[in-house]
Amino acid sequence: MNMKKTTKTICTLIAAAAFIVLLVFLESNKNKYGMAVTVLQKGFILAVVAVSMNLLNGFTGLFSLGQAGFMALGAYTYAIFTIPVESRASVYYISGMNPVLAGIELPMLVALVAAGLMAAAFAAVIGFPVLRLKSDYLAIATLGFSEIIRALIASPQMDTITNGSYGLKSIPAASIYVVVGLCIICIAIMALLINSSFGRAFKAIREDEIAAEAMGINLLKHKELAFVISSFFAGIGGGLLAMFMRSIDSSTFKIAMTYDILLIVVIGGMGSITGSVLSALLVTASKEWWLRFFDEPLTIAGVNIPLFRNGFRMVIFSILLMVVVLFYRRGIMGTSEFSWEGLTGLIKSIPSRVTSLFHKKEGAAR
Amino acid sequence: MSLNVFFQHCLTGISLGGAYALIAIGYTMVYGILRLINFAHGDIFMVAGYFMIFATATFGWMAGIPIMLACTVALGVMIEKMAYKPIRTAPRMSVMISAIGVSYLLQNLTTYLFTALPRPYPEIPILKRIFQIGSVSASLVTFLTPVLTIVLVVILVYITNHTKVGMAMRAVSRDFETSRLMGIKINNVISITFVIGSFLAGVGALLYFTDRMSVTPFSGTLPGLKCFVAAVIGGIGSVPGAVVGGFVIGICETFLIALGYSTFSDAFTFILLIIMLLFRPTGLFGEKMIDKV
Amino acid sequence: MSKTILKAEDITMQFGGVVAVNNFSMEVHEGEIVALIGPNGAGKTTAFNVITGVYAPTNGAVYFDEQMIISNYPQGKMKKMYAGENEGKYTKKIEKTPDQITKLGVARTFQNIRLFKSLTVFDNVLIAKHMRSKANVFSATFRLNAKEEKKNREETRKLLEIVGLLDVQNEIASSLPYGKQRHLEIARALATEPKLLLLDEPAAGMNPQETDELTAFIKRVKEQFGLTVFMIEHHMDLVMEISDRIYVLDFGKPIASGTPDEIQNNKRVIEAYLGVPEDE
Repeated sequence: MNMKKTTKTICTLIAAAAFIVLLVFLESNKNKYGMAVTVLQKGFILAVVAVSMNLLNGFTGLFSLGQAGFMALGAYTYAIFTIPVESRASVYYISGMNPVLAGIELPMLVALVAAGLMAAAFAAVIGFPVLRLKSDYLAIATLGFSEIIRALIASPQMDTITNGSYGLKSIPAASIYVVVGLCIICIAIMALLINSSFGRAFKAIREDEIAAEAMGINLLKHKELAFVISSFFAGIGGGLLAMFMRSIDSSTFKIAMTYDILLIVVIGGMGSITGSVLSALLVTASKEWWLRFFDEPLTIAGVNIPLFRNGFRMVIFSILLMVVVLFYRRGIMGTSEFSWEGLTGLIKSIPSRVTSLFHKKEGAAR
Repeated sequence: MSLNVFFQHCLTGISLGGAYALIAIGYTMVYGILRLINFAHGDIFMVAGYFMIFATATFGWMAGIPIMLACTVALGVMIEKMAYKPIRTAPRMSVMISAIGVSYLLQNLTTYLFTALPRPYPEIPILKRIFQIGSVSASLVTFLTPVLTIVLVVILVYITNHTKVGMAMRAVSRDFETSRLMGIKINNVISITFVIGSFLAGVGALLYFTDRMSVTPFSGTLPGLKCFVAAVIGGIGSVPGAVVGGFVIGICETFLIALGYSTFSDAFTFILLIIMLLFRPTGLFGEKMIDKV
Repeated sequence: MSKTILKAEDITMQFGGVVAVNNFSMEVHEGEIVALIGPNGAGKTTAFNVITGVYAPTNGAVYFDEQMIISNYPQGKMKKMYAGENEGKYTKKIEKTPDQITKLGVARTFQNIRLFKSLTVFDNVLIAKHMRSKANVFSATFRLNAKEEKKNREETRKLLEIVGLLDVQNEIASSLPYGKQRHLEIARALATEPKLLLLDEPAAGMNPQETDELTAFIKRVKEQFGLTVFMIEHHMDLVMEISDRIYVLDFGKPIASGTPDEIQNNKRVIEAYLGVPEDE
């Protein structure tokens, strides 16, 4: 089924316009739709990090678990350089701020790029020894690295830079347009990379390292490149998260954060950018909003359902992850991307799917 | 640091290292056979802590210990059957994600059931009795851990080298497919690996938590990671290597804490890992990869 | 005689105490098709892997286009154990990695097909163009290399047309029939713009008809792309039909070399393949 190019362009433009109208509407009715505003921003930020993880895990075939650590580096770099100079004394009230850093305040965009570069620099250093080895070691080394970063940030020796375990606050916020806009730009850049000649080289490495090398692809160089770029965007994602949350501390970036991102990537489909974005929005919305009721006490017809209490939501999510891993390994999108043809195809196939479902049931009943 | 204090720290370090060694064996054995980093192993160890709390509360510690060990073993085997076996032919990354999923599930489930607040670990009076050797004093558990570790490892090495099951395990770790063709029941061998790994994690949990005195849903994460690093340092797949790695990490950590670098003690483990991977990626006992289990 | 494009000198490969290849030398001249044959276990694959940079030889050197690409001499433990010849002749350790060797203009295929299985036929070939691309990661991401990319796609299309895979260009590589997968692997190797093509048992697992097709195919692309071909092969029909010269290995030692006619009548070769009559 082939749609005309103009039809597709029109569809895309309409969707984009509808999205912008939605943003404007939400922004002007912030008080009423606070939850939607939050979910949209956080969802897009996590989408940036999820796509960055997918770049490595889904497209290059390297299993990295350091996303939380790189986010922490990005978030702290961004926060340190953007907290207004006048409020720094009150943020660093315990031991004061390092005099070298105390006077430096950077514009938002510059600080964000710095956040990405900081994460990328650390990635380059640890990637060099670890990427020569089998992918398993990368998983454990990055996981360990992310814990080291967290421990260092929280350590009293770093008080004048990171404010130790007290965290940072008074981070300047940005409007929903800026946050979502920046996220979309980051995701678009990664999508462009994946569809470029380098993206194809990454996929070749994922498919067969020996054959990729025989095609003249320098394995170490390309793996390092994928790792550094992925970390760069994870760092920017961390910076955006700091911008959105306005206050951060090291416990935000526990291993659980990496696991959350992994959950998003797996549900969306390893090797699908649109899958990761879709899944980031869905998972965030369910977690922060739609499934909140799992954590609240629930009373049906005067009977208190004992299961519903704090923490139940996370149990549901863990079970969901296991179900996806065990039974729907391809996730929502598998390795394919969203397309208008795919969507219309899906809609058109609904009647036949429904009927086949009935037939199956009938068959089973007989 | 006086000689006396030095010995005291050595003893604490060896004791911690013993517990680490027991957990590291679980990682190294599973990796040897399934080529899987069992991310859930640290959480099995954590759940073993909770099992002990509840078993002791109901049956007292004497009956509690065997009950706890049995439950831990059952949990380990169940995880293998439910989360790893169905996707054994899937790409390795999927199996690793499944392991992470189990780890995530165990953490969230324990948080939900027992809250994230620390629960006091039952005191076993005999283990807590203070002994004095020369000028160094410590509780019995501190002396017992390294001894028990060595005894268990000797038994394990005997099993892998001198029994039929052990021979099957060594064969499977060398070549999965050929072993299957030779008529080895792969599933049994894998189950036994998880039984041994979980049993040792249970013993490790008993020794470790008796020293730490409380359990939280996240108690297993860091020790788990450190023990995997211990297994890598010792040469993944090698049981004696895992033990040496466990002791190295335990002793180094204790001394770093004693010297006032407690925040860096965790970081140190991973720096050690990266140095090791740079200069000797096969680990200390890497050349003995041949008799990996 | 035309220029020597590939030269292996005194290649010895020793694994522990076992000498798999002993003092093997050979030359391939520009425009030739040369085959390496020998009974099972003769050390053909080992020799091939040394030439392609997969193993470093224990002793000896390999030259491509008069440039030394691989050289080694017994070191460490091997110094004492070394049982081969020409010790001390080589004193340098040069070891180009497979990707560097490919860049110089040597392309290879694999005995057990190694395609990028879940990518399309078109992408499989297009990936080979990445190596020669001048774009860096920035210019590639932001499409500053659009011209080059367009040219690469055009060339890929042309190549697929020449090798007869254009009609399946959008299929997933693993969905192709076995014979076509072999053709695709050769097409992919051609896309790296090689001077020398190394084929590792290209007809392995093929029936006689497929083998005939492959024979014609190799001849055709060799002429069309002005290639030199060096291969290992078991199918004697194929070897005898297309080779200009043949080297024969037995028990790691070169026992004969020459034209197909000479080899077919060489007594030592016949003995190596058929054994020595008992009454002799």
